[in-house]
Amino acid sequence: MSTDRANRAIRVLIAKPGLDGHDVGAKLVCRALMDAGMEVIYTGLRQSPEAIAEAALQEGVDVIGLSLLSGAHLPLCEKLAVELESRQLDDVLWILGGNIPEQDLPALTRIGVGGVFPTGTEFAEIVTFINDRIGGQLESG
Amino acid sequence: MSPAENDALEPRFWESGLCIKPVYCAEDVEASSTGTGIGKPGEYPFTRGIHPMMYRKRPWTMRQYSGFGTATETHERFLYLIENGQTGLNVAFDLPTQCGLDSDDPMADGEIGRVGMAVDTLADLEEAFAGIDLNSITVSLTINGAAVPIMAMYFAMARKRGFELASLRGTAQNDILKEFIGRGTWIFPVEESIRLVGDTVEFCAQNVPKYSPVSVCGYHIRESGANPAQEMAYALAIACAYIDHVLARGLDIDQFAKGLSFNFDIFGNLWEQVAKFRAGRRLWAKILKEKYGAKNSRSMQLRMIAGGGGGGLTTQQPLNNIVRGAYYGLSSALSGTQTMALCSYDEAYTIPSQQAAKLSLRTMQIMMEEIGLCDTVDPLAGSYFVETTTNEMERRITEIMAELQEQGGIVHGIAHGYVQAAVSRQAYEMEKRLQSGEFKKVGVNCYVDQEEEQREVEFHPYKEEEARKQILRLTRIRQERDSKAVEQTLARVKHAARSGDNVMGMVMDAVEAYATVGEVCATLKEVFGAYVEPIRF
Repeated sequence: MSTDRANRAIRVLIAKPGLDGHDVGAKLVCRALMDAGMEVIYTGLRQSPEAIAEAALQEGVDVIGLSLLSGAHLPLCEKLAVELESRQLDDVLWILGGNIPEQDLPALTRIGVGGVFPTGTEFAEIVTFINDRIGGQLESG
Repeated sequence: MSPAENDALEPRFWESGLCIKPVYCAEDVEASSTGTGIGKPGEYPFTRGIHPMMYRKRPWTMRQYSGFGTATETHERFLYLIENGQTGLNVAFDLPTQCGLDSDDPMADGEIGRVGMAVDTLADLEEAFAGIDLNSITVSLTINGAAVPIMAMYFAMARKRGFELASLRGTAQNDILKEFIGRGTWIFPVEESIRLVGDTVEFCAQNVPKYSPVSVCGYHIRESGANPAQEMAYALAIACAYIDHVLARGLDIDQFAKGLSFNFDIFGNLWEQVAKFRAGRRLWAKILKEKYGAKNSRSMQLRMIAGGGGGGLTTQQPLNNIVRGAYYGLSSALSGTQTMALCSYDEAYTIPSQQAAKLSLRTMQIMMEEIGLCDTVDPLAGSYFVETTTNEMERRITEIMAELQEQGGIVHGIAHGYVQAAVSRQAYEMEKRLQSGEFKKVGVNCYVDQEEEQREVEFHPYKEEEARKQILRLTRIRQERDSKAVEQTLARVKHAARSGDNVMGMVMDAVEAYATVGEVCATLKEVFGAYVEPIRF
C-alpha cells in the first residue's frame, strides 16, 4: 500500500473543467481512488482552469485528474497548463479521463498531460498508474 | 416443477431488486395485486396504454435528437429535415446557452456552438426558424437551466410573427430537478429553480394552453446510475414536486397537469422495462386521481418518450449496438410509448454517421411495418409473469417514493446532495460488478474479441470562425438595440423575481427588446443567487 510506504495518502484533485455537466465518470473515479486509500477532493462542475489550478495549490495535491466529455479538452488543457505554470505547479502529475480522441494524445502530452484514460478504463489501471508515478516519489521524498 | 427443483436454481434478481421466479401462475398475479387491476386501454388506470386503440390508430412518433452550430446552420438543417418529411424539430443548444451564459462570456470560450445551437438573443431564434410554419411543425426545446429566457424567446418570436399563443404547440424539456442529479445545466438554487418552472407552467396554462412546458426526465437519472424502479420513482416524485408548487399558487390540477410529459431511458432487461412502464403509468394515474383529485382523464395519463439509452451501448464490438438498439425499441413498443428515439450504434465513440442514423430510423420502421408490433394493443397483457412483475414493480416504485418522502422529500434530498450521492454510489457498485464480470455485458466482460480493432473517438471539429461570428453578431446587437428599453425591461424582470410575480411576461418583453440570455439570467441571479453544488459521497 502506498499509504504505508509514504505515511500519508496520495492526494488527488478530481475536476470538471468547462461547462460539460456529465459527472458520472468523475464521481466513479473519485470513489475508486478513495477505495484505493487515496485522499480525493472533488471540485464539482463548471470549474475554470484558474479555479482548478488554485484548488490544486491550496490543497497541495499530488495529482490532478480532469474529466472531459464535451470535446473541449484541448483549449481547456492549454489554459490549465498556463495557470499551473504561473503557480509553479507544472510538475504535478496531471491526468485526463473521458472522451478523448487518440489523435489528440501527442498534443496533450506536449501540453503536459501525464496520462489519458478513456471512458471504460478499469479502475485498477488508473490506481496502479497513480501509485507507480506518485507512490515512489512520496516514499523517497 | 417440484419445490426441490426450484430450490436448486440460483435466485435471479433484476436491477430494481425484484426476485424473478422460473415459473409464474395465476395465483402470483392475484397475490401481488395492488388493488386496481389493469383496466382497459385508454381507460383509468391506463396500465395498458393511454389510448384505446394505441398503435392500431396511430403508431409511435419517431424523433431523433440532433445538434447543430449557429442559427444559420440550424436553419438550413431544419429546412432539410422538413423537406424530408419530418414534422417535429428537436433543438439542441450549446453549453453556454444551456448554462445561461452569452457567447462573449469568458467561460463560453471554446464551447460556442459545440454541442448545439448558440443563442444569445431573439435574433438567433428568429433566424433559425425563419419561414418555418410554427403551427404545422412542433418544436421541442432541449433547455433546462435557461428555460425561462429561451421559452420566452420562442413565444416572443411566435407572437412577433403573428402566431396566436393560444393555439401554439410545442414542448420544452424544462425539468430542472433532474439537472441537479445528472446532466448538470443548473443555474439557480433548487427552490428558486422550482419557482421558475412554476412560472413557466402557470404562464402556459394561462396563455399557451396547448404547449407542454415540462418533460420530466427519468432518462438522465437512470444514465447517472439509478436502477429502473428508482428512475420511475424519482421522475414521478419530481413531477409531484412541480405539481405541489403550482397547486400552491391556486391553479386547479386539471388546468396544467396535462402539460407534464415524461422522458425515460431504456436499456438492460427487456421485461424489467415493460414492468417499469406499465407500473409507472398505473401509479401516475392513481396519484393524479387519488392524491391530487384530478377529474380530467388527460391529467392522469403518463405520456412519454422512451428510447434506447446510451448507457446500454458499448464502444467494444460496436455492431452489437445495432442488435441492442432493436431490442430497446422492442421494449419501448411493448411498453406503449408515444414517441421513440434510438441511439445510433456508433455514437458511443464518434459522431453518428449518416448510415448509422438512418439505420436507427429503419430499425423503428421495421418494427412498425414488418413484425406486427402495431397489430394489437398491449400484447403482453394477461401474462402471469408480466402482470405479476408489473404489480411488484408498482409496489417497489411506491416504496422508493415513500422512503424519499420519509427522508424529507425529493427537493430536500436534491438540495442537500443525498439523492445525488445515492445515485452515484449505485453507479459505482454497478461499475464494479461490470468490471468484475459479475454483471454480464457482451463484448465488455464476456465474449471479448481478443484482437479488437481500435475505435477512433471523434468530435465535430470546432468552428472558430463561426464562434467569432457569433460574438461579433452579439456585439453588433448590443450596440444597435435600444439600451434604455433593455434596462427598463430587465428592471421589471428583477422586480417580478423579487416580488414573487410571474417573470415570464416580463422576460418576454426583455428578450423582445433584445436582452440576451446571459443578461436575463444574470438579472435573475442578482435576486436568486447561484446554485452551489453540495459535494457529498
